[in-house]
Amino acid sequence: MAFVQQSSPHAHKARPTSRVMLWVIIAALPGLLAQTLFFGWGNLINVVWCIAVALASEAIILKFRKKPISAILKDNTAAVTGLLLGLSLPQFAPWWVSLTAVVFAIVIAKQLYGGLGSNPFNPAMVGYALVLISFPVAMTTNWAEAALLWQGAPGFGETLTAIASGHQTAIDGWTMATPLDEYKHKIATHTAKEVLAHPTFGEGVARGWEWVNAGFLAGGLLLIALRIISWHIPVAFLAALGIMSLAFGSNADQVAPLSLQLLAGGTMLGAFFIATDPVSAATSHQGKLIYGAGTGILIYLIRTWGNYPDAVAFSVLLMNFAVPFIDHFTPPRTYGHHKARRGVPGKSQG
Amino acid sequence: MTQLWDFTGGIHPAENKQQSTTRGIRTATMPERLFLPLQQHIGAPAEPVVQVGDRVLKGQKIADITNGIGVPVHAPTSGVIENIAHHPVPHPSGMEDWCITLKPDGEEQWTPTSPVSDYKSLERDQVLKLIREAGIAGMGGAGFPTNIKLRPPRDRKVQTLILNGAECEPYITADDMTMREQAEEVVGGLKIMSWILRPERCVIGIEDNKPQAIERMAKAIEGTQIELAVIPTKYPSGGEKQLIRILTGMEVPSGGIPADIGVMCQNVGTARAVSRAVFEGKPLISRVITITGDAVRDPGNYEALIGTPVNSLLDQAGFDPARASRLVSGGPMMGFTLTSTEVPVTKTSNCVIAATDQELPAPPPEQPCIRCGQCADACPMELLPQQLFWYSRAEEFEKAEHMNLFDCIECGACSYVCPSSIPLVQYYRYAKGEIRVQKAEQLKADRARERFEARQARLEREQEEKELRRKERAKAAAEAQARKKAEAEQAISSDSASDERAAKAAQVEQALARKKAKAERADAEKAPAEAPAQEAPAPAQPKPDLEALEKQVTQARTKLENMQGMLEEARTQQADNVDKLERAVAKNLDRVKRAEDALAEAQQLLANQSESQSTE
Repeated sequence: MAFVQQSSPHAHKARPTSRVMLWVIIAALPGLLAQTLFFGWGNLINVVWCIAVALASEAIILKFRKKPISAILKDNTAAVTGLLLGLSLPQFAPWWVSLTAVVFAIVIAKQLYGGLGSNPFNPAMVGYALVLISFPVAMTTNWAEAALLWQGAPGFGETLTAIASGHQTAIDGWTMATPLDEYKHKIATHTAKEVLAHPTFGEGVARGWEWVNAGFLAGGLLLIALRIISWHIPVAFLAALGIMSLAFGSNADQVAPLSLQLLAGGTMLGAFFIATDPVSAATSHQGKLIYGAGTGILIYLIRTWGNYPDAVAFSVLLMNFAVPFIDHFTPPRTYGHHKARRGVPGKSQG
Repeated sequence: MTQLWDFTGGIHPAENKQQSTTRGIRTATMPERLFLPLQQHIGAPAEPVVQVGDRVLKGQKIADITNGIGVPVHAPTSGVIENIAHHPVPHPSGMEDWCITLKPDGEEQWTPTSPVSDYKSLERDQVLKLIREAGIAGMGGAGFPTNIKLRPPRDRKVQTLILNGAECEPYITADDMTMREQAEEVVGGLKIMSWILRPERCVIGIEDNKPQAIERMAKAIEGTQIELAVIPTKYPSGGEKQLIRILTGMEVPSGGIPADIGVMCQNVGTARAVSRAVFEGKPLISRVITITGDAVRDPGNYEALIGTPVNSLLDQAGFDPARASRLVSGGPMMGFTLTSTEVPVTKTSNCVIAATDQELPAPPPEQPCIRCGQCADACPMELLPQQLFWYSRAEEFEKAEHMNLFDCIECGACSYVCPSSIPLVQYYRYAKGEIRVQKAEQLKADRARERFEARQARLEREQEEKELRRKERAKAAAEAQARKKAEAEQAISSDSASDERAAKAAQVEQALARKKAKAERADAEKAPAEAPAQEAPAPAQPKPDLEALEKQVTQARTKLENMQGMLEEARTQQADNVDKLERAVAKNLDRVKRAEDALAEAQQLLANQSESQSTE
């Protein structure tokens, strides 16, 4: 009679990583739906393409690294990286731009650092930053004009042809500058009222974008409700961005107002889906608050005084750099200790 | 309403308690043999006070502690001592240990008991002695002797006495059923402990998933000062540190014990045992144990004699070996797997789970940590489990220790929630074990170094002293020589007139010079300590005692060589008698030196004698 010999605990009830990642994908669907409804088929095509490239490149690099391919592909993390890039790239980004971003994200930013769990930087954002710097034209001129899917948006076939043709820029008349871009470049010479008259802003805050952000907000709240992410990073992120905007941007004739900061661009996607990547974010609750706030502050700084209209990728990457430092100084206070033990052994005992 | 605090973290695993609470506590049938481990708790093992073949009565003491911390072991029933030998005991390693085998005679004949109805008329120390003599050790986990726990040092006055009825581990219902059925006894025992300790507050903590136990206990404490606190169900609320936090808001300092903050926790079963020991005069010879799991048809609680083999209880519960995949002693969160069903029930066994593969499946393969932090959210000690995991895996033990590894209570909450199914607790156990071994080795090395240095210092001192003595001797010899010379000169000067005498004096002078040169040579040869005896100037007429001395030197030398050989061998085999051999070698080295010195001295003496003989 041979019984299983194992050390405790004998009971487990965990949500495996693959299911966590699956929930992330599901939670991103409202945002993707809004993107498709308001900006046409571009994002959906990008998402499918990016996920396919992500899985393929992950499989190839795993083969080189002599790792079990199917077991690792099943953890869904490569799919999430592809998804995030598909959601954040311009709708008409040519296929090779997305390909470059995804391959770089998976091969360089993830696997060459040791694969899942070992990458210091958010892979999707590394890929995004790479193509943003390398292909500035393709990355700024290919944003779709907000048009309802059933009212004037380019059809599925046309969109697919535009992306697959590989032209640097898509057809004029389909594209339009993003609201944050428009505001940033016009506000120097125009009043807020004149700028906001531009069709890209529409009736509400930023035509289409407000719904996309609302979609990602809804998905993010779902992730918090499912306890897949904690509230610390998104709340600190949005609060810091809001406070910066109120403190430095109260004059809408100079900088984009709070409403635009929160509901245009990649704000909600960044706050709930990108900055919360556990691998590259800070660990403790206190650390997460600092990390989230730092990201929010950097976004405001770059959007307002930097050269780029949006700044989620750079801000997240910059805060990724700071994570080891943040973790070092923000361990929780352990039960039975007066204060947290910081730093390294032999110094500053708690 | 008692004010409650919350502890951070914690989990809500499936309780699985209903299976074993459908029926009351049943008395287990008498097994064919009882196996009574001599060590059932931390501290020293008990020593048998009976011989094989003795007939013993129920409740008779059969083993006791002669020195060290511990409590006696009693015969759970009347019968014959059949054997005192190694037998499997419940231990994570599946090891065997000394057990007394008792073959029951079925007569259940009690040894005379002396119940105490009015314990308050006794001295507190007398009651503590009753508790010790009844063999009571904490029945919740580590099994610390209760009488010692109940006598904290004077500066650690217990302000709050807590009866731990939380029983937060899934499956286990032994305390629950005990409180349901024997609430008066439990409260009676608690009152005795409270009387001994005189705390300001006495509180019973029970998780809110045990309504019947709560009801019965509430009734049992009516009219007393004892509080009953119903606490939210959350694992591990029954952990001592967590329960103290819930009921008092205080925290046990790291590395300390509850008594440091004036708190003491006692177990439900222990309270019942104390009550029986005092009011009935009966020692701890049985306990309530939960037999549960999907591989038994009829799960439930049994009043089992200490020493009852687990297989006997499993059989009564309808055990199906074909369905069982693992046997867990204790709960599914902190229990350990049993290798054999022959292990006996001890004073600390509270549950055996015969689990099927579906019930407690093997965890999926370990995946990389994604730093999701769920472990940190679940940790009731507010540690950073993932950080501890990184450091433990990388064997960066110093860092792990710095991150408070030793505050981990191994509750398993982190492993339970880990999405990458990393066996975190196993890593921590490994790291703790390694650190303990390293520390022990460090201590050993430090001691060895100190010993070695002390020995070196002693040898140097002895060498110096020897040198000093030698110089003194040389000085004394030189003075004697000078005196002789002066005398001789005097003689010469007095007899200078005679030529004959002058010639003679010249001869004497020459002889003296020769003698002096020879003495100097002998001295020079004596100086190197290692100089072999054979090279010493051969005396003209060797005397027998010189031969003996030489023999002594060779003998001592052979012995030394033998010893050195043995030491070398011991060193290569890393035997534990190296220290001893080192000392022996040092001793023999001294002996050889002494023998050589003695030989050299004797030789010099002889040389001097023969020289002076030849001159005369």
